[in-house]
Amino acid sequence: MILQGITFYIFATIAVAGGVMVVAARNPVHSVLFLILTFFTTAALFVLIGAEFLAMVLVVVYVGAVAVLFLFVVMMLDINFVEMREGFLQYMPIGMLVGIILLVELLMVLGTASISPEVLATGTEPIPDLTQRQNTAAIGDVIYTKYIYAFQSAGMILLIAMVGAIVLTLRQRPGVRKQKVADQLARRREDSVELKKVQPGQGI
Amino acid sequence: MIEFLTIGLGHYLTLAAVLFTIGIFGIFLNRKNVIIILMSIELMLLAVNINLIAFSAFLNDLVGQIFAMFVLTVAAGEAAIGLAIIVVYFRNRGTIEVEDINLMKG
Repeated sequence: MILQGITFYIFATIAVAGGVMVVAARNPVHSVLFLILTFFTTAALFVLIGAEFLAMVLVVVYVGAVAVLFLFVVMMLDINFVEMREGFLQYMPIGMLVGIILLVELLMVLGTASISPEVLATGTEPIPDLTQRQNTAAIGDVIYTKYIYAFQSAGMILLIAMVGAIVLTLRQRPGVRKQKVADQLARRREDSVELKKVQPGQGI
Repeated sequence: MIEFLTIGLGHYLTLAAVLFTIGIFGIFLNRKNVIIILMSIELMLLAVNINLIAFSAFLNDLVGQIFAMFVLTVAAGEAAIGLAIIVVYFRNRGTIEVEDINLMKG
């Protein structure tokens, strides 16, 4: 129990520090790297709480896909990031104010809230014991039966996002000579070759 | 001391609240840089996921983890589309400063 507490505090500190560095780093590449750090430590916290599958999904999806996508875009675009940081200090006070107010509000809600024991008994899908059924298997049990339509819609959303991203970024460059296989195959002998009867000594 | 080290729901919710606030703070702080704004949104979605999973674990209900997966799906799609829009905008206009993005103002 004590070990769990120490681990939580270490990882929570790293996650919060990483989050602060994401918004405060001068270089956006460093921001992305700190974002990855935050995701990793959060995944560790998920493991700590028993949500192993979500932790792995977080690492694979966020670190493996989203963060790398951010990294590519940051490196691909030729932007003057120093110029963009003008007004950084100008927005600091209002940001601080809003942030502190929001945090205090959230903590006030958390401080007064309590969970009634009746709610605890009404869980729709109780988590099975980890020694009996692993977290991944337990999620699979539920998601492929009760939430199959939601799961399929999530797949559709990802498909649409993929198609949308490709449609947005695909561009047809004019003036590029590419092989057009369809045109080559559609070419007929009559369109391209003409036989002429050439009389000797006359030409065409 | 022992009570301090016993991790409960409140600890996780506080962490999520702090991360969410950092996300909001980041949007205010980097008002010109749309990429950092997108990253701040990712931070906020991560905080929401922490909330969902903490509730799922401490209320002994698996549905929270499943919902967190859907949040993750939407976050991935949103990042992909958002970054694609940024790339296209940069290609057309040569800038992605938030102040310069005013084509739809009429």
